Amino acid sequence: MSNILEFKDFGFKYDAQSSPTLFDINFSIKKGEKVLIAGPSGCGKSTLVHCMNGLVPFSYRGKMTGSLSLFDKETRDLSLFEISKHVGTVLQDSDAQFVGLTVAEDIAFALENDCIKEPRLHERVSEVAKLVNIQDFLDHAPSQLSGGQKQRVSLGGVLVDDVDLLIFDEPLANLDPKTGKQAIELIDELSKKTGVGVIIVEHRLEDVLHRHVDRVVIMDKGRIVTDTTPDELVSSDVLNEKGVREPLYIAAMKYAGIKVTPDLLPGSIDTVKIGDEESRLLKNWYEHAPKETIENNQDYLLDVRNLSFSYDGKRKALDNISIKVKSGEMLAIVGTNGAGKSTFSKVLCGFEKKDEGDIFYEGKDFSLLSIKERADEIGYVMQNPNQMISKVMIFDEVALGLRTRGVCEDEIKERVEETLKICGLWPFRNWPVAALSYGQKKRVTIASIMVLKPKVIILDEPTAGQDYRHYTEIMEFLSSLNKLGITVIMITHDMHLMLEYANRSVAFSKGRIIKDDECAKVLTDKETIDEASLKETSLYELCKKAGIEDATDFVRRFIAYEREVVRK
Amino acid sequence: MTNLFNYIDRKSKVHDLTGATKFVCLLLWSFAAMYTYDTRFLLALTALSLILFPLSKIRVKDVSFMLGFTAVFMILNNVLVYLFSPQHGTEIYGTCTYLFGLTGKYAPTKEQLFYHFNYFLKYLASIPVVILFVSTTNPSEFAASLNKIGVKYSIAYSVALALRYIPDVQKEYDEISKAQQARGIEMSKKATLINRIKSAAAILIPLILTSMDRVEIVSNAMELRGFGKNKKRTWYMGRPFKASDILAMAFCVLLVVIAALLNIINKSRFYNPFV
Amino acid sequence: MRKFSVKTVVATGIGAALFFVLGRFVAIPSGIPNTNISIQYGVLAFISAVFGPIAGLLSGLIGHFFIDFSFGWGVWWSWVIASAVFGCAMGFATKKMDIEGGVFTGKNIAIFNIAQVISHIIAWVVIAPTLDILIYQEPANKVYLQGLTGAGVNILTTAIVGTLLCVAYAATKPKKDSLKEEN
Repeated sequence: MSNILEFKDFGFKYDAQSSPTLFDINFSIKKGEKVLIAGPSGCGKSTLVHCMNGLVPFSYRGKMTGSLSLFDKETRDLSLFEISKHVGTVLQDSDAQFVGLTVAEDIAFALENDCIKEPRLHERVSEVAKLVNIQDFLDHAPSQLSGGQKQRVSLGGVLVDDVDLLIFDEPLANLDPKTGKQAIELIDELSKKTGVGVIIVEHRLEDVLHRHVDRVVIMDKGRIVTDTTPDELVSSDVLNEKGVREPLYIAAMKYAGIKVTPDLLPGSIDTVKIGDEESRLLKNWYEHAPKETIENNQDYLLDVRNLSFSYDGKRKALDNISIKVKSGEMLAIVGTNGAGKSTFSKVLCGFEKKDEGDIFYEGKDFSLLSIKERADEIGYVMQNPNQMISKVMIFDEVALGLRTRGVCEDEIKERVEETLKICGLWPFRNWPVAALSYGQKKRVTIASIMVLKPKVIILDEPTAGQDYRHYTEIMEFLSSLNKLGITVIMITHDMHLMLEYANRSVAFSKGRIIKDDECAKVLTDKETIDEASLKETSLYELCKKAGIEDATDFVRRFIAYEREVVRK
Repeated sequence: MTNLFNYIDRKSKVHDLTGATKFVCLLLWSFAAMYTYDTRFLLALTALSLILFPLSKIRVKDVSFMLGFTAVFMILNNVLVYLFSPQHGTEIYGTCTYLFGLTGKYAPTKEQLFYHFNYFLKYLASIPVVILFVSTTNPSEFAASLNKIGVKYSIAYSVALALRYIPDVQKEYDEISKAQQARGIEMSKKATLINRIKSAAAILIPLILTSMDRVEIVSNAMELRGFGKNKKRTWYMGRPFKASDILAMAFCVLLVVIAALLNIINKSRFYNPFV
Repeated sequence: MRKFSVKTVVATGIGAALFFVLGRFVAIPSGIPNTNISIQYGVLAFISAVFGPIAGLLSGLIGHFFIDFSFGWGVWWSWVIASAVFGCAMGFATKKMDIEGGVFTGKNIAIFNIAQVISHIIAWVVIAPTLDILIYQEPANKVYLQGLTGAGVNILTTAIVGTLLCVAYAATKPKKDSLKEEN
């Protein structure tokens, strides 16, 4: 079969930049093929996607070298609109891609631009709505939809065009684990049903490999490093070298001393063969792996009792929430969108007023304090650092909270500098915020909260959309704060994060707490996983295959091993 | 649908008209009501708009909060006019008939009261149709309507995008403002005026910067889906005109014609009963 | 040119949404009972300066129209048009600036502020009251005083909010070469 898209010795340099972003790209995709592209931030993935969908060079100007052809025609000789008839892109931010006022209008958008008339317009919209299973929500506004539904609408809006190639730009970034799993399944079904070529750009390798992928392309520094099958890829060391996270079961197998080779079919947890030798090695490692030492601190910092809250006076967004947080804990709050995680933190910080229940902080009634007073004890860091930064210079941004509290300039200088040192921002103290990377900006927002010396910080999705290196950087930083005695509460969708860094996780569902336990237990408990829209870890499946009965304990030791051995 | 503008989805003759028709009628009606101060005409318009309410199956309680705003606004404006220009009626109608035996600058005159009556009627004649338009027109149809009556589709789509992103911007504003308040940004009366405005800026800067990111992503998303490809575009929510649409628009044109004729007959925009 | 136009369409829509939300829901108490200060003109001036006169005109027009609509007190055309005129005038006056390119110098700040003062005066002291008299036959002294007060407050908020926004936005496009890490 012929190639849909083919890069030959392709390179690209943005007009605004001095050196090229892509070099020596040789890559092609055929109809019906499914390719995963991964690589660290700044490796050129996004530019490559822009080249494929035509935003380069039609919206982002620059110089192309070599050849990039779409059905044997050079894309530079086509127009953006001609390319978009063949290549559909589902953007990471499904809120931004949702440009219609309702589901139906959004799906119809491309047809409207093509001047498709009635009755074809309505017919085609309902056809496509069925294809992506959103037909019951046609008159819903985006605010009435979940993240997964919005993504399906985006997909529908692209599929109305009968495209030949679908590109998904980080499809998992804003979804909870279960919905993410479903998204990967839907993409797989669609590619089988329609025969389109699929390119998925995503750094959560393991989650994408949940369904069959023909090839994985790893990029680094503007070049393609490998282009091979998943089995070959996970058998090599490329992932670790290039800062892409290895699947957990592969890591566990490697720790156990198993030589991972392509003939074990290790590309997916569903296919990987665990024979007698592999089982023996895994069991042996499990028995000798260190047990985590759990420090028992009985000192309750925060005590929430029977908390209830409703936005509209009808539906309870929080329903009888009781939770105790010990000083020095690192706590993960998990659950699907709309389960009440963010609402809980908002009520805690005083952004919303509770309807019923009590909040005690160090034994005192916390609900009597104002937003500002609460912030001296519990700091809140929003997901997107850009939503918090309001000063041009880093120093001023970090100093803001102190200045509004009327602290004298000498003390401000001292405290800001101290905080900048703790947060690893000292070298940048005289920089404008805008010159920093996303991860560094995140640090600035954390620093601007830390400067007020709260004992607790709450972070909403601290690592969303970050590659493995930035993820590790942010999480190690939080961990170091935690070691200084700060209690850290993280709201997250990321199962890895909660396994690796949290001491405890609390699962929310429909405004209630359905589980409050150590992470290894939560993530191996079928019922909780289902209800809180989580996904069980591949380690669980690995244990089953290897005949290890106590999967929870295996997971526990795996985490301890990573914490104590690998990370040091 | 987001119900920012109090759209009430019911089946009625007025709901049945296309958005474009209702928009044209709104413009013509407002123009007619603005064009003349003829008391008889304004009274007739008011009566007509009151008939339209039951015809649209819109009840007073559905729109009571809007009427509340209107009442406050109306009273405030009338008071202001009286305070600033107690002789305005006299200037317009050319006579001065004091009432209750009082004289002086602020003494009530027949002319002044008649002017206020007319001023009041002007609201009564034009506000109900705005409320009706808002309650019977699906916001989704609004952009399509604008395009239909000749507004360029790019501009019409700007309107649709504004409707689309208002709830998002509102939510984002709220979140940012709470987070900034936690850092000590104060917008209440405790701070001085200049500080209050500066605090507002501290909330606006992150809001605007994230909105600028949004502009970039949304325009990419729209281009990738072919926006701007052709000179025209169709609309999923667009509907063809029916006989009732033509009739409604023709009627409103007639209103404007009557208003114009009245201005000619009265030789001024006012109907003057004093001479 | 096409890129420019799609971006303008989106900027207009989002600009109008911002104008609406700030004008409709955000109230800074002015100290005078029942009178709040509108900060949306600072944002409108910014949108005009970055995206040009058409985006400014339409953001003001659509945003203000929606505000009137949602209150239901009838569309107060004279003021809606004045908002649009302000947006448009600011767009023309700042046409030569390159805020998008990260440039907003002291000279630009001065021009921006002179422009906003003049634009506000045109909008609120000339256009809005004149239209009020033409359309609604309101007494002149009332509408001119309202216009003057409005212009004064709007000039103050635009001077602070508008200028700060432009400075902050221009700073997000820095020249990285000049920065060195320090120990």
